[in-house]
Amino acid sequence: MKVTQLTVFLENRSGRLAEVADLIGRAGINIRGFSTTEAAEYGIVRLIVTDPERARTLLHDAGFTTHFSQVLCVRVPDRPGGLAEVLDQLAAAGVSLDYLYSISFRDVCFAVRDIERAAELLAGRVTLLSDEEVRAL
Amino acid sequence: MSVTDQSHLTPDGAGGLFWQPAAETLSTPQLGELQMERLRATLENARDNIPFYREKLDELGVKSSDMGCHGDVADLPFTTKTDLRDHYPFGMFARPRDQIVRVHASSGTTGNPTTVGYTRADIEMWGDLIARTLAAGGVRPGDLLQNAYGYGLFTGGLGLHFGAERLGCTVVPISGGNTERQLKIMRDFGATALSCTPSYAMYLADAARDRGLRPDDLPIRVGFHGAEPWTNEMRALMESGLGIDALDIYGLSEMGGPGVAYECLCKAGMHVNEDHYMVEIIDPETLQPLPEGRVGELVFTTLTREAQPLIRYRTRDLCSLTYEPCACGRTSARMSKPIGRSDDMLIIRGVNVFPSQIEEVLMSIPEIEPHYQIVVDRKGYLDVIEVWVEVGEDVFAETMGDLERFQRRVQAQIYNVLNIQVAVKLKEPKAIQRSEGKAVRVVDRRKAL
Repeated sequence: MKVTQLTVFLENRSGRLAEVADLIGRAGINIRGFSTTEAAEYGIVRLIVTDPERARTLLHDAGFTTHFSQVLCVRVPDRPGGLAEVLDQLAAAGVSLDYLYSISFRDVCFAVRDIERAAELLAGRVTLLSDEEVRAL
Repeated sequence: MSVTDQSHLTPDGAGGLFWQPAAETLSTPQLGELQMERLRATLENARDNIPFYREKLDELGVKSSDMGCHGDVADLPFTTKTDLRDHYPFGMFARPRDQIVRVHASSGTTGNPTTVGYTRADIEMWGDLIARTLAAGGVRPGDLLQNAYGYGLFTGGLGLHFGAERLGCTVVPISGGNTERQLKIMRDFGATALSCTPSYAMYLADAARDRGLRPDDLPIRVGFHGAEPWTNEMRALMESGLGIDALDIYGLSEMGGPGVAYECLCKAGMHVNEDHYMVEIIDPETLQPLPEGRVGELVFTTLTREAQPLIRYRTRDLCSLTYEPCACGRTSARMSKPIGRSDDMLIIRGVNVFPSQIEEVLMSIPEIEPHYQIVVDRKGYLDVIEVWVEVGEDVFAETMGDLERFQRRVQAQIYNVLNIQVAVKLKEPKAIQRSEGKAVRVVDRRKAL
């Protein structure tokens, strides 16, 4: 139940993120979710897209530095305390989080240190989305 | 021929003083005769005591007795920094180690630094040259010199120190940095003269102004600033900011350090101590001597150094010479401020840096792409180096933390080798301009100054 995340390195120059989005969009690939992080002079954008392989090839050919990694897409219970419950389980088991970001009002991307263990812990308690399910969102 | 190197402080024609009036005002024929006599002795010393020179001179078939006039020096072989590196540490010394009373070394090099050795007589000669420099700026016994050059292997600190003591000054060996304390001691001790790099003098001037100190609040009257190239625009700022006459002093560790040439209060070029160094300007491409006034590479031959005679040492500094008489009364040739280099060496806060050294470090890090650029700039009055590297897929990983760790690792490796802080900038692939022919590795934005 792991999902492929595409990460792109960007210098902080205006229009760079737009180029990424444009390139992916014109190829008919849909962005399901994304997040950006930035330092003073550069940033990284993380993408969940409907065709990560092709998106990566396109970006690579256009001169972008990219990286694939595995994340969990967790359907967080849609009620007060829903996110806390999921986080508590990981914390109690000592699984560290690198970052997380929401890809819809209820679906949240979790980048964790020990993805196997986290998937095991959460399976059956919350819905974990597959690549196919994320694409179909 | 006997020339008195007697010290006898007497006024020069520009408001300063002669330290060794006879030696500083030799007539052209007197100087020529003295130079030839000393050149012949230098060649004998080099040939008898340094295998490198024996081989070179014998190969060319040049003998010391062939040296009859200044033009004959063109028959002698050149010496380069590489020659010195190749004979590290003491292979270019003409005296056994137990006669060497001090060793300095050049700054900022990968592999072997270049070393410079001094006999007791060399140290005394150096002291006289610094005393001439200080006296030309009007410094006399009893003046208090705040010496803010770095002490250590670098020749600036100890060079100025011993010269000022020889002149009879009170020396405060404060070394560089700690601006707050510099300004406090300057006022509390009543420093009348300052020696430091020009960039640090600019920084001190700014710091004084920020603290509401006016030039009149600072007792210093004259400053001696070398080890880095600087401009007359900087002179104006230093003089108005600190209330001083700011004078340039030129030297290089290979020749023994600062004091090879210096400005008098006319501020019209640096007087070369020609009785101790024979000076030439050559075309760096054809290696042929250039006439007076033409810009070319500065070449020196030591005339009196015992421990380390150097023949036609190529400084790589580009400048011109004039033999016009100076109003101060000194008869020596004057060199213009160096306007550039005939190699790609950068001088960053007084430290010599070759782009090839940075390249070596970068190439030792396997993840780094072979494209990089070095950008030198001046922020405020301090030189800063940025090293731009492209982030390829071997470097790039998931998190900002990984990128920051990579940046810090490259910075630390460059610091370990060069002892200078650089800022590593991460760029996208192809962001660094490719060029058709020779890659543009260095962008020096300071030139706009």
